Amino acid sequence: MTNPRRQLCWRSVFVTFAVCTGTMASGEEDRTVEEKETNNKKRTKGAIATAWLTFYNIAMTAGWLVLAVVMVRYYLQKGTHKGLYKNIARTLKFSQTFALLEVGHCAIGIVRTSVIVTGVQVCSRIFMVWFITNSIRQIQNEESVILFVVVWTITEITRYSFYTFNLLNHLPYFIKWARYNMFIVMYPLGVIGELLTIHAALPYVRRSGMYSLRLPNKYNVSFDYYYFLIIVMLSYIPLFPQLYFHMLRQRRRVLHGEIVVEKDE
Amino acid sequence: MKHYEVEILDAKTKDKLCFLDKVEPNATIGEIKSMFHKSHPQWYPARQSIRLDPKGKSLKDEDVLQYLPVGTTATFYFRDLGAQISWVTVFLTEYAGPLLIYLMFYFRVPFIYASKYDFTTSKHWVVHLACMCHSFHYVKRLLETLFVHRFSHGTMPLRNIFKNCTYYWGFAAWMAYYINHPLYTPPIYGEQQIRLALIVFLFCQIGNFSIHIALRNLRPPGSKTRKIPYPTKNPFTWIFLLVSCPNYTYELGSWLGFTLMTQCLPVAAFTLVGFIQMTVWAKGKHRSYLKEFRDYPTLRSPILPFIL
Repeated sequence: MTNPRRQLCWRSVFVTFAVCTGTMASGEEDRTVEEKETNNKKRTKGAIATAWLTFYNIAMTAGWLVLAVVMVRYYLQKGTHKGLYKNIARTLKFSQTFALLEVGHCAIGIVRTSVIVTGVQVCSRIFMVWFITNSIRQIQNEESVILFVVVWTITEITRYSFYTFNLLNHLPYFIKWARYNMFIVMYPLGVIGELLTIHAALPYVRRSGMYSLRLPNKYNVSFDYYYFLIIVMLSYIPLFPQLYFHMLRQRRRVLHGEIVVEKDE
Repeated sequence: MKHYEVEILDAKTKDKLCFLDKVEPNATIGEIKSMFHKSHPQWYPARQSIRLDPKGKSLKDEDVLQYLPVGTTATFYFRDLGAQISWVTVFLTEYAGPLLIYLMFYFRVPFIYASKYDFTTSKHWVVHLACMCHSFHYVKRLLETLFVHRFSHGTMPLRNIFKNCTYYWGFAAWMAYYINHPLYTPPIYGEQQIRLALIVFLFCQIGNFSIHIALRNLRPPGSKTRKIPYPTKNPFTWIFLLVSCPNYTYELGSWLGFTLMTQCLPVAAFTLVGFIQMTVWAKGKHRSYLKEFRDYPTLRSPILPFIL
């Protein structure tokens, strides 16, 4: 027979966790949750969600840390980046693809970020990994690949450890600082790496006609991967500034407590 | 007769924007909007949102001052809805585009296909049939906009016209390019497939038109009343027994017919996207019917009988 007082203590711990989860697992928004959850079911759901998210974020931090260690060791041993991609390919694909779960987290509501924003971000990563780097062998030893992989690794380690520490309710300031400052340099560098990689891949795509469909065919449609990639590159022009300034606004709000008046739609 | 005083504040900044004294108790919100427009000529009535609470719902133009929960000095909050454009203008523009664009591809105007094909015609009769169906569909829509539909709202935000035209015009160009392409492949099952598709298409076009007429007849000219639609003598309206928004059901059917007729993936894509959007609209409409009418028939689904 359980001691009712002890039960109550556990509940309040879970409630705190759940409330903090609602706040901090949001990551992008970092809002403070004002309402207290009074429903028992909600509390249990909150506890399971917290436990899962903590596990997920620790696992992802570990995954990207492994990637970082492998890259550093390879470079120290071989002194060159040639052949590095082959070594990290599996871990990179695994870690980045696993991030699809984050879209699910937003969809079921345990993380308070827009499904679309997360979806777009994860999809663009998946696209780079699977449809560019993985499928176009000839560009795998380009410096630009190493550039964006390094940028991603630094960014993801910072981001996932930020979420982890938030969930554990103990956020060292330097992690918060890193999360909201490193992107200022990392973001543009990552974009440069990605664009240079796609650009390098263009001639091979054109020559091989990969992922393309020509007329005539019974579906009466055609698709040219070469021109598709050019459109993707051009789309960085409107999209990158929007994301960058969004992060800058988040940074001002979180670090300096400035109140930014959002324009009403 | 006691006169009211009306003050209008900005919903965000709470600044006093306008003060009206000696307002008749039976003045409508629409009339107050006109008065407000006089002192602020840049905010024509269509772009004014007047509410009792800064974060509340907009009041309707028909609402009468004395029946609102306000004292003799009424405080309203104003929000600028942004530049507005009339629904009729938007509809006419977004429908005229596909009509003309498709014809440009059909007649193989220069610079679209290789120059040896300029102004040639397709050797497949289904391509001619598709052009007739597509053109008929958009001519019907244009005529309905001018003579059939009775719009609840006069205007919508200006940015919608760019969004909507991109959607309609873009998809029309994408579809038309392939259907009228010199290397177009006609449907696998040939005449049978095309005949079936044409029957489905025509059936749904008539159905869609019947629903539009039935909905129009629910509403006297110039009014904005809302009533539950019921089946009429026209068999095409009997679908009202099972569906809240049969106009969307028939529209889906028309485009499925067109997809079958042309066997063209972009057409299928257009049908799918349209279906998703219409389902969202149908669900919303269904929900507001349920909210507004206690006795709303329970057998009805939003768009697909028993399914969705």
